[in-house]
Parts: sequence; structure tokens; C-alpha cells
Amino acid sequence: MEKFRANLMLCAGTGCVASGTMKVKAALVEELRKRGLESEIKVVLTGCNGYCAEGPVMAVYPDEVFYQKLTADEIPKLVEEHFLKGRPYEKLMFKEPEKKAAIPAMKEIPFFKHQVLRVLRNKGLIDPEKIEEYIARDGYQPAARALTQMTAEEIIQVVKDSGLRGRGGAGFPTGVKWDFASKVQSDIKFMLCNGDEGDPGAFMDRSVMEADPHSVIEGMIIGAKAIGSNKGYIYVRAEYPLAVKRLQLAIDQCYEAGLLGKNILDSSFNFDVEIYQGAGAFVCGEETALMRSIEGKRGMPRPRPPFPAQKGLWDKPSVLNNVETLAQIAPIILNGAEWYRSLGTEKSTGTKVFALTGAVNNVGLVEVPMGIPLRTIIYDIGGGIRKGRKFKAVQLGGPSGGCIPESLLYTPVTYEDIIATGAIVGSGGMVVMDDNTCMVGTAKFFLEFTADESCGKCPPCRVGTKILLDMLTDIAEGRGKEGDIETLEDLARDIIATSLCGLGQTAPNPILTTIRYFKDEYESHIKDRWCKAGVCRDLTMFWIDEKLCKGCGACLRACPSKAIMGEKKKPHKIIQELCVHCRSCYETCKFKSIKILPAGYEGDPYELAGAAEEAKKGEA
Amino acid sequence: MPRLKIEDLQKIKEKHKAEFTLREGGYRAKITVHMGTCGIAAGARDVMTALMDEISGANVTDVIVTTSGCAGLCAREPLATVEIMNSPPVKYCDINGEKIREIFKEHILGGNPVEKYALVVGSETTY
Ligand SMILES: Cc1cc2nc3c(=O)[nH]c(=O)nc-3n(C[C@H](O)[C@H](O)[C@H](O)COP(=O)(O)O)c2cc1C
Ligand code: FES
Repeated sequence: MEKFRANLMLCAGTGCVASGTMKVKAALVEELRKRGLESEIKVVLTGCNGYCAEGPVMAVYPDEVFYQKLTADEIPKLVEEHFLKGRPYEKLMFKEPEKKAAIPAMKEIPFFKHQVLRVLRNKGLIDPEKIEEYIARDGYQPAARALTQMTAEEIIQVVKDSGLRGRGGAGFPTGVKWDFASKVQSDIKFMLCNGDEGDPGAFMDRSVMEADPHSVIEGMIIGAKAIGSNKGYIYVRAEYPLAVKRLQLAIDQCYEAGLLGKNILDSSFNFDVEIYQGAGAFVCGEETALMRSIEGKRGMPRPRPPFPAQKGLWDKPSVLNNVETLAQIAPIILNGAEWYRSLGTEKSTGTKVFALTGAVNNVGLVEVPMGIPLRTIIYDIGGGIRKGRKFKAVQLGGPSGGCIPESLLYTPVTYEDIIATGAIVGSGGMVVMDDNTCMVGTAKFFLEFTADESCGKCPPCRVGTKILLDMLTDIAEGRGKEGDIETLEDLARDIIATSLCGLGQTAPNPILTTIRYFKDEYESHIKDRWCKAGVCRDLTMFWIDEKLCKGCGACLRACPSKAIMGEKKKPHKIIQELCVHCRSCYETCKFKSIKILPAGYEGDPYELAGAAEEAKKGEA
Repeated sequence: MPRLKIEDLQKIKEKHKAEFTLREGGYRAKITVHMGTCGIAAGARDVMTALMDEISGANVTDVIVTTSGCAGLCAREPLATVEIMNSPPVKYCDINGEKIREIFKEHILGGNPVEKYALVVGSETTY
């Protein structure tokens, strides 16, 4: 085999490809060839490295130097400096936001330092299109062990002992689910993988399918043996073309290598896997709807029981597991239940992957031991709030989840502790919000999503989410009435209690949590016609505090509708009739002289500002 | 790829060992060729080429090669530093393709530093 002195692991995940990986690759290959280094240095395309915001990213081994924001133009210089002269190229290294010094080593970068990689064990380390590289990292050894040395009961016992819980949202113990299905007698059973990933903003499962497709297939093989199934489907949304391509390639490779099909590894066990592409409806991620969808019918849920373990796909016993759940299986078989339990808490064991987005400095994919405080994820890994703004809330669990306020930032990330806050761990979406966020608007955003995605089969969800949305719209547009908050809460509880499936049963969560922690914001929308974050256009009035305004003219230039007037060095003024509430002046002003007042406010703004200050002091 | 038997999994892993030693760390020996402008002018590229050739020929999987900038001793270039885990690093000077081949066989494979080419023993480690 050819020997290389260095491997350049260039990210070819969806994020990095969008920001230019392929051009960078072409430039790299060309430059290495020009310098006569192509036989010494190898370029490998990997799946998502998790640090998408800074893409395209590349890790250099054995030096472990990490480069970000690569461009084709910089490549000649980088190749000359690092690979010819042996001087890592500082310009493209990670720098901590407030400090200037470049951090070369990947393991020193805070974003990576606090992570523990189990699901993402091969992230950035293998070429996902080469099965040999997966095998070189112990891949398919666990499957071999499960198929030839373990009974179904033994497999189920290890998975039960590991404490692994489903990562798709509900957190149901995986071993218990497998046990149910294994005990049902049937000549046909199905092992299914849920790669629908419908939560807006979530991309954990996509990254796993793209970066390490074999880890999912291996989990399915082991699960199939445990429940006695010979046929599996991976349900992926068609909006994930790269994931579909990599999974299909991986499946083809498995058939060629005899890891799928008949008599796998001479174990006399047979297992076939097919991909089923979904059209991307949120409800099709729900297990019973997903199964109808694979059957070729309209994806709608049905009441449970009977549970899928008894009657699932084509009414045969079926197990559905999330992508991340399945990717956890092989290491558990290899290293044992105790190893798995060594991280996490008693009831929430192991690690969980989160898609960290929103107002944090480092956006990306992070895998952490369960039980670490939210704060650690947001501040240590995420690098704190962008632009030095103030933290307001973190949204967990997407449309089924809720918003957690600053006072609860020390909450450990476990299934139990997060549910106690009113949110859910969910599939791992984590959206951080700063003080520019309106919480009524946030609840409205999620309700728009669920009202739209409701399949319409049951009235509480179909009609209920629409009424909730209409009420939120009224509040956000200044038509809120006394008593609305109570009505919202009431209706929310009814929808939760009576909806057919998880969609309706969780859709009100964003409203309930925002009312629970940010009730004053609802009240000021309704009573004062005042959206203090300045987001709801009908409930704001921008006003320049003449005592603070330096007359620099920045706002005047930023205003797209010429609504600001004033002479240089003299306080400026906003002409309310022309203002379109676009926030440009507010974002631009360096002196914080632009204030947000209630819509149509006619009193003395200084009195209001003074009262607000007082209130703040009182809080502190 | 032909149908795999269980033993093949281990074989594939072995076959890729060298590459994953690079990526995962856990190597036994590290050779740093100093490639500043001075080093390159003095022939560091030939040293590198010869070294890579030796490594491929010997089929070792636990040795890695890196480059670094000028070592500050331009007059004695090309320079190379050999670090075997748990023993002090050895700096070699005035080397060329031939000498590095000898160093590779004696020091990396044999475990005996080649004193006649050595400049110093026991400077700073880099691992
Ligand atoms: C409306 C709705 C959408 C869902 N979407 C997903 C999804 O996109 N991916 C997923 O894995 N699970 C989703 N689930 C959860 C699944 O129904 C099911 O619990 C899960 O796939 C089981 O796998 P696990 O035990 O490994 O978590 C959804 C549930 C509901 C109610
Ligand atoms: S796509 Fe490159 S880091 Fe995510």
C-alpha cells in the first residue's frame, strides 16, 4: 500500500460543500501536484465535521492542525507554507473570538475540546464512501460478534443494560423496544430506521448518514438479529440527496462484501436493506405515519395500541429506531454496557448529539455526555452569545419542545431534568436566542410550523393548532385581549390531552413554556401594545434618545425609507409616519440611543425609560 | 470487494493501520524534516523523498513523518529530528538521501542512534 506522510481530511459535508469544498479540493490537488507532493500527501473527503459555520474546514494529520474558512485562492500559500516548509499557516487557523492568537491543534479548540465522540466517532476521520476505512476503525466487528457469538437475548440484554434510550425524541429504552418485538411470533418482521429528521434546524441525523453511513447499517444488522428480522428499510427524506447517495453506496458495498444479503459473514443470518425516500412531511417522522408512508399510502398516524412491535409495517411486528440510536449500537456491542454507562447519569446514559444553532458564536454539531449543564454547551462549546449580546432563552426539542430561560441554564441535559422545565430533549435541536428575540414571535413561529404540518386526521390537532396560531397572531399584531393567556393555556392542555399522535400532543409546548417563563412579555403585548424586543412591527415605535444621540449620522444612512432626519453632531429624530420598523437604525447605533417604545406611545418617553431602568435595577 | 469472512475484517484493519496511525496518533516514532527555505535549498526535499521511499519499502505502520520550519541552524542543513517514544529526541545534521536511509535502518528500525551524524541528543520533544 502507498505510504503518505500526511492526510488532509477535507470536509465534504453539506455545509462545507455549500461554502466551496469542491473548489478547494481542486485547488489542493492541483497545488500538491505542482509541488511534487501528490505521492506524499493525500487528500481525503470526509463527512460533516460538525463545525459547519466555519467551513470549508480541514484537519491535517499527523500534525492535528485544523484549518477553517478555506478558499481556493489561499491554497497555494497554505501548501507552500505547511507542506513544503513545515510551517502551519496561521492565517487560516481557529482564533478565539476575543483573542488574536491562533489555535492550531484541533483538540485545543474549545468547540472540540469538550466533546466526547461516540456516535460521531468517525467524524472527519474516514472517507464515508470507503467501507475499508469504516472497517479499519473497528467497523463490522461488533456485527460479526452479534451474528456469530451472541444470541438475540444476549444482544437485547447488553442494549438494555447500557441504558440506551431512543434518540428520536421520545427517549424510550431501546433494549425494551427490541425485547417486545423479539417476543412476538411472526415469520416476517421489519427493522426500520428513521432518517426523516423533520425538526426545523436539526441536522444531526443527516450528518451521521452522510459522514458515517455504515454505522447506521451496522446498527440495523445487529437490531435485526436481536428481533429476528430479515428485512429493513431506511426512511430518509428526499431533501437529503447526499445522505441518500452515501447510504445507497454503503448498502451496495455491504452486499458486495457479504455484509448484507444471504448468509452474512457465514453466520447463516439473512438481512436485506432498502432505502425509502419520503417527501419530507413532518408527520411522516411519527412511527405509525412513517410505516403507512412506506406502504405507499398517505402518511397519517393511527392510534396505538396496537404498537408497532405487534402490528407495524404491513401489520407485521416492526421496530423503528432513530439514526443516532442505531449509530450507538455497534460501540455498545464492542465495548459493553458498562462502558456505555460510564458517561451520563443513571437514567440518561451515554452521549447525545445536538445541533447547536442561533445566537451563539460557534454553530455546529456537538456530541456531549448526557447530564452536562446547558450552560457548558452554550458557553464553553458554543463560545457564548454572538456580538456580546445577552442570553435570553434556549429552545430545545424543536416544535415539540420549549424555551428554557437563563435562570435554568444549570439544568443538566437529561431526559428527566429537561422535561421538568417543560421542554424536551427531543431529537437534539438546540437554538440559542439573544435579547433581540420576541418570545411571542418564537411561539408563533413553531405554531405556524405545526399548524401547517398537522396531517388533519384528528380535529384537536387540525383545528386546535390553527386556533392557537390565530390567537398568537392576534397578540403579535395588537389585537390581543385580556384573558387570552388563560385561554391559550386552557386550549393547549386540551389539545395535548386529546390529539391522536405526538404531533398534536406536543405542539402546544412552545406556547406553554414561553407563557411559563416569559409571561410578562405576553402581558406587555396585550396590555401595553409593546413588544420590548422590537420584533412585532405593530407593537413597537422606535425613538431616539436625544440625550444619548451623538449625531453621528449612522442611523440616517442605514434607514432605507429616509425616516430619520437631523444635522451632523446634533440629535437626530425619527419621522414616525415614514418608519417601516425594519430595525436597521436600532442595529446600527453604537451609542444605544435608539429605544423601543410601545406602538403609538404619546407619553413622556423619558418617564417610560426611567421606569424600565428602575424595574431592571429592582430585578438585579 | 469480494465476500468477506470474519478474519478479513481484522486483515483490512491491519492493512490500513499506517494510515490510521497518522490520523489517530499512537505512533512509535516520529521523524521531523526541517524544511525552511535554507533546508530546502540544502536538499531537504531529497531527504524527504528518500525517507518516504524507505518507509514504504520497510512496510512499517507506526512511524510518521512531519515537516517543520527552519531549526535555526541553517549552516548545518538539512536537519532531521528523530523521536522514538519514551527516549530523548536526536537531531541529525548535514544529512542527505543516503544518510537518512542509514538513519532509518539503524535508528528507527534498529533502535540505535547513528552517532556519527548526530548533532545533539535530548533537545525539546514535540509530542
Ligand atoms: C410528529 C412527530 C415527528 C417525528 N419525527 C421524527 C423524526 O424526524 N425522526 C425520528 O427519529 N423520530 C421522529 N419521531 C419519533 C418517532 O415516532 C419514533 O419515536 C422514533 O423514531 C423511534 O426511534 P427511537 O426509539 O430510536 O428514538 C417523531 C414523532 C412525532 C410524533
Ligand atoms: S459540513 Fe463541514 S463541518 Fe459540517
